[in-house]
Amino acid sequence: MKDADLRFAKLLVLVNCAVPALLLAWDAWHHQLGANPVNFAILTTGLMALIFLLLTLTVTPLRKITGLNWIIFSRRTLGLYAFFYALLHFLIFFFKDQQGSVSGTLSEMVKRKYLIVGSLALFVMVPLAVTSTNAMIKKLGGKRWRALHRLAYVAAIAGVMHYYMQTKKDVRQPLAFAMVLAILLGWRLMDYWRTKQPAATASAVPAKPKI
Amino acid sequence: MKEPNKISAREITDPAVYFNRRNFIRTGILAASAVATGAVYRQLNHPAAGKIKTARLENVVAAATNDANGFHVAEPATSFENISHYNNFYEFSTDKEGVAAAAANFQTKGWLVSVEGLVRNPKVFDLDDLLKLSAPEERVYRMRCVEGWSMVIPWAGFSLSKLLNVVAPTSDAKFVAFETLLDPKRMPGQRSDVLNWPYVEGLRMDEAMHPLTLLASGIYGNALPPQDGAPIRLVIPWKYGFKGIKSIVKIKLVATPPPTTWNLAAPHEYGFYANVNPQVDHPRWSQATEQRIGESGRRPTLMFNGYAEQVGRLYAGMDLRANF
Repeated sequence: MKDADLRFAKLLVLVNCAVPALLLAWDAWHHQLGANPVNFAILTTGLMALIFLLLTLTVTPLRKITGLNWIIFSRRTLGLYAFFYALLHFLIFFFKDQQGSVSGTLSEMVKRKYLIVGSLALFVMVPLAVTSTNAMIKKLGGKRWRALHRLAYVAAIAGVMHYYMQTKKDVRQPLAFAMVLAILLGWRLMDYWRTKQPAATASAVPAKPKI
Repeated sequence: MKEPNKISAREITDPAVYFNRRNFIRTGILAASAVATGAVYRQLNHPAAGKIKTARLENVVAAATNDANGFHVAEPATSFENISHYNNFYEFSTDKEGVAAAAANFQTKGWLVSVEGLVRNPKVFDLDDLLKLSAPEERVYRMRCVEGWSMVIPWAGFSLSKLLNVVAPTSDAKFVAFETLLDPKRMPGQRSDVLNWPYVEGLRMDEAMHPLTLLASGIYGNALPPQDGAPIRLVIPWKYGFKGIKSIVKIKLVATPPPTTWNLAAPHEYGFYANVNPQVDHPRWSQATEQRIGESGRRPTLMFNGYAEQVGRLYAGMDLRANF
């Protein structure tokens, strides 16, 4: 793929991921968020964070299955957007629902376990966002960087749990998220075993030296 | 005479034009994709809105301005737009913003309400006859949902006690059981088993006879829209909203505590009483504050939703933590 095409593809992802946030802001500005606008904004940004987390985790399996290596370019953007929406989700909760009260937020967190789980999801995404630059990848080294970025799995699991736990009764949607996540993580587990197995056999039975 | 090289030069597209066309196409793709993403977002995630129109109710008696009986709370009423587009009514949709659209064509013609059980005069009421029992009064009540949001709603209706007095409960009658219509054709939410259908609720006799307990048929002087429980529903302002059973078809006087839908669904989260109580939290969230619809920020939740003066005595000596 040509550099110019890749740059364009990056721009395409960058712009499209911003669309939900822009529409949400537009609707908020025009008082079109319905009867409970703060709740609507919290729910929307939370769903976006989960969707982008799952999309981020889809890139690698899709790349390996299709062989389209170039699509890896989108992973960083998608991941950063997941963090962006999760942060927005928290900030709206903190400033609009809790009126910026630290003590109020903390006392809510003690009473609502799902807030602790959600905070965990957001918390583990911070180092991922910070180390998302090329310079940081170089600094950490590929191996350590990849190990650190497995925290994305923790963020996704905690994020989906957070959604499930706060749902009053109709858990169909959180379960759908959980199912997609299970498939994405399950694929990784299978991929890990598949790539590990032949390597293990190969080292156990050393090839005969050619004479 | 033409110079040959001049002609061939014309045939080569100017690089500036070539790249402009490329940019033009790219801009088009970018714009089209953004519009498509926006359309998907709008399709999947939009708040409810729209005009709801129901018949004007006749002879609605204005609410008494004296607040001692709790009939008229002196707080700004929630807009009709919000009351009719933010509903918990799982018979139509589990999405509060989706109920209005799902219930839009709900037909209530020929509605019957059976009042039966431990009564001297059981009767199946035609809705019009039932509503004629007493002129509708305007009652401006707080409504506190167990989810942590609240409204102030100008209902129209009369005290349930007026109906109960007509059917004359026997001395064995200790509780009142209520039932919503069961008809998955008209109530599409009943096709999923998210709750046990039909929706059932219950009150203790003294709660049912309390003057605040309202059999409501209207909002803002108009008939109830389907999403708010047409054609007739219960309103118990000191209890969480889910006790206010909607679209009632059966009222039965009984001797023992009747089952209630949310209690059956999650017994550790929803009790029979479900009195609004800021000191007793839901197992998963705090009940100390509420989001009043139309306000910014949360306000403290009041004991018995602000009706302690009127109903506190009903629960004197009871452990409200155990009887949540």
